[in-house]
Amino acid sequence: MAYKPEKGIGKIIFSSSLGTLIEWYDFYIFGMLAKTISIQFFPEGNSSAALLSTLAIFAAGFLVRPFGALFFGRLGDLVGRKYTFLLTLILMGASTFLIGLVPGYKTIGLAAPLLVLLLRLIQGLALGGEYGGAATYIAEHAPAEKRGYYTSWIQTTATLGLFVALGIILLVKANMSEVAFNAEWGGWRYPFWVSILLVGLSIYIRLKMKESPMYAALKAEGATSINPIKESFGHKANFKMVLLALFGAVMGQGVIWYTGQFYAQSFLENTCKVDFIQSRSILLWAIAFATPFFLFFGWLSDKIGRKWIMLAGMLLGVIFYRPIFSIFLKDTDAKEWKKQDLVIIKSDTIHLVLSDSITTKYKNYDGAKFIEIKKDTVTNIQNMNNVIIKTYKYDVKPRYINKEFGRKRYIKFIFLVWIMIIFVTMAYSPIAAFLVEMFPTKIRYTSMSLPYHIGNGVFGGLVPFIATLLATTFTKDPLVGLWYPIGVAFLCFIIGAFYLTNKINNDVND
Amino acid sequence: MGIAWITIAPAIIYILVMGAIHNINDAGTKDINKPIPWVIIITIFTPIALGLMIFGYYALTGEYDKPPERSDEL
Repeated sequence: MAYKPEKGIGKIIFSSSLGTLIEWYDFYIFGMLAKTISIQFFPEGNSSAALLSTLAIFAAGFLVRPFGALFFGRLGDLVGRKYTFLLTLILMGASTFLIGLVPGYKTIGLAAPLLVLLLRLIQGLALGGEYGGAATYIAEHAPAEKRGYYTSWIQTTATLGLFVALGIILLVKANMSEVAFNAEWGGWRYPFWVSILLVGLSIYIRLKMKESPMYAALKAEGATSINPIKESFGHKANFKMVLLALFGAVMGQGVIWYTGQFYAQSFLENTCKVDFIQSRSILLWAIAFATPFFLFFGWLSDKIGRKWIMLAGMLLGVIFYRPIFSIFLKDTDAKEWKKQDLVIIKSDTIHLVLSDSITTKYKNYDGAKFIEIKKDTVTNIQNMNNVIIKTYKYDVKPRYINKEFGRKRYIKFIFLVWIMIIFVTMAYSPIAAFLVEMFPTKIRYTSMSLPYHIGNGVFGGLVPFIATLLATTFTKDPLVGLWYPIGVAFLCFIIGAFYLTNKINNDVND
Repeated sequence: MGIAWITIAPAIIYILVMGAIHNINDAGTKDINKPIPWVIIITIFTPIALGLMIFGYYALTGEYDKPPERSDEL
């Protein structure tokens, strides 16, 4: 079954990666617009809608993605890579576009959250089937000595999908008012509608692709698997490799990916109270500067092996997460900012029945801005004649929101997030080649998809939930949430260091 | 090392179940106060923890001492 890598690998990489990028984009816009979506489809005060909202968030990411990996992985090993990941793309594109067309809860009631939940589950299912197919497809076209480099292009897609999603949302938001954006048929729907154009283009490109040569040869010989799921997970020799892939590589990569990109941005916005646009633009710049390193570490993995690059990314995360996040907290401490020379830009007092809410916007010498909200509560005090006189009780805990950095600190934060994305590029870049080399052609799609989506979707996707859980349980340490990704990455590092091999399997034509 | 992986798995499930018991609360507003996320997470983590136990068993019995290099060894 000798196969020589064909010419035109660039076209193969482009057509595979574009579709995968669009799938990630489709999956992320839902999460990024979650607040607006919940207002439109899952209004507060309705317990059924709240239940459906929770299901949409948790089931799509944690339950359905691994099932998608099994379902489409099996299909990919039975009928071929090309048609399977074409199908996942169509399902993803259609469901994303349709989410943008579902009328709000105000118009069609409970049917709205039900439809959105259904479409979100289809998104999760499709995503579960996409990555394994695209990674396998490229790897099966790539020459052995460049497999890490060529598959690293597919590894850029998750981060670039996030980049495009952030960029399009910010672009739409910047061109309309908050009210117009959040209206029932407002701007928040545009990113969903844009998806159909991107998917249409990608489907057109993918239709022109040929089947993977290795798979085609296997099929011509009649040597494809009859039951890929049984062969992947029912045979001890292969199942033990699935377990090793999950616990020794992918679970650590999953938490590193989510902490460096999602959790960092969410921490800046929700814990540090950095301005909405600035917290996102920091991530955008950091991604833009870090993305070439996916290709670098993919290339390097062809030279020195995959194992230690992936494990080094995890170990660096374990060592540096707490120091980096400590800097985030320290540098956004508005009490420190208040010690500097400040200019009051605007101050408003709203007189309420029992309190005064004072909002003051400050600016300091280097261009940093923030808003302080103080509440002076009216308390009742009686005089000697038992007559109540009103006094104001000073609020000792003012809130500081919408913090905007000056130029110097803004660049510093981009650099810190960039460092964390470099860890992502190390842990994530070689993983497609690594997984492809671990499993034989006839069950490759199934065998690599499941551990990938458990590691990435479940272990990685749980970072915000477990971080909140830890922060609620152990309230004294604001960085306690980081112990989850640190613990998982460390465990994965130890397992990987002991049991993974650094040997590159040159022949995946088996 | 295999014993360590076998031990960690039930510990993870115990921590998750205790986390669910302590945090599910009708009056709470966060995701960790709702039962559905816990049901989903415990449902998905139980087989993963079992997988870790099996991984530990394989490690203990030396299955990973010489990893397969070709598919005919699988």
